[in-house]
Amino acid sequence: MSLKLRIWRQADARDKGSMVTYQLQNVSPDMSFLEMLDVLNERLTLDGEDPVAFDHDCREGICGMCSLVINGVPHGPEKATTTCQLHMRHFSDGETIDIEPWRAAAFPVVKDLVVDRRAFDKIIQAGGFISAPTGSAPDAHAAPVPKADADAAFEAATCIGCGACVAACPNGSGMLFTAAKITHLGLLPQGQPERDTRVIDMLHAHDEAGFGGCTNTGECTSVCPKGIPLETISRLNKDYRKALHAAS
Amino acid sequence: MAISGAALVLFLLAHMIGNLKIFFGADAFDHYAHWLRDIGAPMLPHSGFLWIQRVGLLVALVLHIWSAAVLTIRARKARPVKYAHRKPVQGSYAARTMRWGGVIVFLFVVYHILDLTTRHLNPVADTSKAHAAVAADFGPDRWYVTAFYTLAVVTLGFHLRHGIWSALQTLGVSNARRERVLKAVAFAVAFVICAGFLAVPFAVLTGLVK
Repeated sequence: MSLKLRIWRQADARDKGSMVTYQLQNVSPDMSFLEMLDVLNERLTLDGEDPVAFDHDCREGICGMCSLVINGVPHGPEKATTTCQLHMRHFSDGETIDIEPWRAAAFPVVKDLVVDRRAFDKIIQAGGFISAPTGSAPDAHAAPVPKADADAAFEAATCIGCGACVAACPNGSGMLFTAAKITHLGLLPQGQPERDTRVIDMLHAHDEAGFGGCTNTGECTSVCPKGIPLETISRLNKDYRKALHAAS
Repeated sequence: MAISGAALVLFLLAHMIGNLKIFFGADAFDHYAHWLRDIGAPMLPHSGFLWIQRVGLLVALVLHIWSAAVLTIRARKARPVKYAHRKPVQGSYAARTMRWGGVIVFLFVVYHILDLTTRHLNPVADTSKAHAAVAADFGPDRWYVTAFYTLAVVTLGFHLRHGIWSALQTLGVSNARRERVLKAVAFAVAFVICAGFLAVPFAVLTGLVK
C-alpha cells in the first residue's frame, strides 16, 4: 500500500504546530497502525529528520498508552479497538490519513502526538481508590457480590484510561472516564464506605482539571476502545445526587 | 439544565393541550383563553395566575439559558485547539443541534409573544379575540408565518428529543435496562408536542379551522 499521511508536528508544548504531509510506500496491510508509524520513523531517522513522537507501550490493547485521532476519530475507524490493535487493512491503497493528538485543554501536547494525561491521575487521586487494610489476600467469597454487579463492575473496570472519551467529546468532557471509575468501585462492597465522598471529590477534580461538562451526546461510548456504556454516567449522576442529599 | 428544562416541558404540554381547544370551535377557544385569565378568581386578580406563570417561566428560561451558556463556555475552554479533521458527531442530529436549536427556539418565543400575546405583529389587535387572531395569523396569505412557526416547532422537537432523554440521564434516572425505553419516551413526547403544535396552523392553512 502507499499512503499519504498528514501528521500533526509540534516541537514542544510552546510550539504552535502544524499538519505535515508525508508519503509512505510499501505499507503492508498486515501492519498495525503503530508499526506503520514505526516504518515512517525509521525512514525519518535515516534521513536525519526528527521522528514523529507518539505514545505506545504494550501494543496489545490493554495499557491505555496509545492514542491518536485518525481521520477525526479517536483510535481510528474500527469499533472497540485501540490504535495499536488497528491494522492497515482497514485503509485503502492511496488513502490520505490525518493523524492528530487528543485535543483538550486538560491534555496539553508534549510533542507531536504525545499529550500529557496526568489530569486523569488527579481525578483518580481524588477518590478513585478504596481504603482497605493491607495484608494477606482475603478469603474468597468473604464478601459476597451478586454476579450481575460483579459483571457490571468488571465491565466498567476494563477502562484503560486512554482518554479517547475526552478526545471525542464535543465538550472536551472526561465524564465517561470518571463514571467508569465511579461505577467500578460503587458496585462492589469494598467501594461503599467512600462512595459519597468519592463521587463529589472526583467530579470536583474533573472540573478543576479543565474538562468540559457532559451534555450526554454519547460520542464517548462510540469511540471507547473498551465499550464503556453511557449508563455509567447516569450512575455517576445518581450517586452524585444521593451524595449531595446525604451531605445536606 | 435538566430541572429548568423539565419546567419548560410541562408548560409546553399544557400550552399544547390548550391550543387544541381550537378544534372545539371559536367559542370554546375564546372561553378557554378567558378562563386562563380568571384562574384563581376571586382570590387572584384578573390575569393573576398568568403573571405568576410568566414569572415562573422567565425564571426557568433564564436558568436554562444560563446553564447552557456555562456549558458552552466550558466546552470552548476545554478544547482551545480545534481538530483539523473532525468527523461529524456520531451521536444524534438532535444532540448536535442543541445550542443553535435553542437559539432558534428562543428567537421564535420572542416573536411568538409579540405576535399572539401582545399582538404587535398580529392583524387582530383586540386581545380578547384569541380565535380570530389565530385564524388571521396562519391564513394562506401569511404563509411565511406558518413557515417560520413550522421551522421553530420542528427545531423544538429535536431539542426536546435529546433534551428530555439527557435530563433523565442527568438526574440519574436512566440505566442500562431503562435507556431504550427512556429514549423512546423522549422521542414520543417530542413527537406529540411537535404534532400538537403544528396541528393548529395547518388546520387554519387548510381551512379546517376558520
